[in-house]
Amino acid sequence: MHEMAVCQGLIDQVEEVARAEHGRRVARIELSVGPLSGVEPQLLQQAFPLAAAGSLAEGALLAIETAPVRVHCDECGHDSEAGPTRLVCRHCGNWRTRLLSGDELLLMRVEIIREQAYV
Amino acid sequence: MCDTCGCNVTHGNRHLIAPGGKLARVGEQSDAITVLKGLLSENDHAAAHNREHFDRHGVLALNLMSSPGAGKTALLEASLERLQQRYRVAVIEGDLETENDAQRIRARGVQAVQIVTGTACHLDAHMVHGALHQIDLDSIDILFIENVGNLVCPASFDLGQHRNITLLSVPEGDDKPSKYPVMFRAADLVAVTKVDLLPVLDDFSVERAVDNVRALANAAPVLELSTRREDSLQAWLDWLDAQVEQHRVSCERGESLRPRVQPDGAHLHRQAL
Repeated sequence: MHEMAVCQGLIDQVEEVARAEHGRRVARIELSVGPLSGVEPQLLQQAFPLAAAGSLAEGALLAIETAPVRVHCDECGHDSEAGPTRLVCRHCGNWRTRLLSGDELLLMRVEIIREQAYV
Repeated sequence: MCDTCGCNVTHGNRHLIAPGGKLARVGEQSDAITVLKGLLSENDHAAAHNREHFDRHGVLALNLMSSPGAGKTALLEASLERLQQRYRVAVIEGDLETENDAQRIRARGVQAVQIVTGTACHLDAHMVHGALHQIDLDSIDILFIENVGNLVCPASFDLGQHRNITLLSVPEGDDKPSKYPVMFRAADLVAVTKVDLLPVLDDFSVERAVDNVRALANAAPVLELSTRREDSLQAWLDWLDAQVEQHRVSCERGESLRPRVQPDGAHLHRQAL
């Protein structure tokens, strides 16, 4: 379970972004996590409140978008959907493919709150 | 009366909309900031720093990964004597507890630094950097980093290594590359170890293991090794020679040798976004 370590890295980055933008707190965090990133979105969600406690990201919404596994075939040139344990080309069956998406572990967007209460 | 100009606010109800009041409206302005940065960028930064260190001192760094008990330390023990005839070697050992593995390496006359991770299930670039302070990089040619025995977590953390070696021991079963795709996809070399057990554990098929690695679009060589059969280790030693040579050539060109799959593939995707 290395998701806690990943989450702590995430909080550091998010706080850095929020401070640079003079944010008072973070409202929402968007991640893109692929099945081949080695990080489990559900575990990340569970670890998040613990890692975020006391930080600018405490109480923020964590939105995780899972990227599909897609490969490009070097033989036939087609792009196709693949599974995490089967990165072969759907069109010609060749296994010499390149991953187009599916292993990302990206911080996409941070939504910060700049101003506070008015009546 | 409306909510816009405040004409509905009276002395009687003002407290309700004051800050902290029941009907207080918090007018918050949220701004979205696009970041597009790898989640492990802090680790990756430290890893790049380690890699620079290795390259500056001409040290080839190899990350050994496998499940616990697949034979990482045994493989090192069995090959150190022959390796030392040609190279100066040091080992970093990662374990949750004990100095056992470092002691086994030291018993062969090789410098070993033990990282005790406590509860951490993997090594990260910062831990390796800490251990590097105890090693004189000018006095070695190859640094083996024996990761924590675990087929999951170590695959996600770049340490600054030049190559990933993943061991798969025969008793584990030939389906492990499919069960742990992140780990086996990252391997530059897959070493099937304990092949002396193949006659007994005949449900393990090396061919199937290779097929499962190829299904991950990984063309890495798959070697069959047994520390009990010295002749089987020749292919492993030859592979190491080839990596030392490749590293030397890339250092001369001012380039850095990298594992075929970086733990953080985000760098590639960022360009595509």
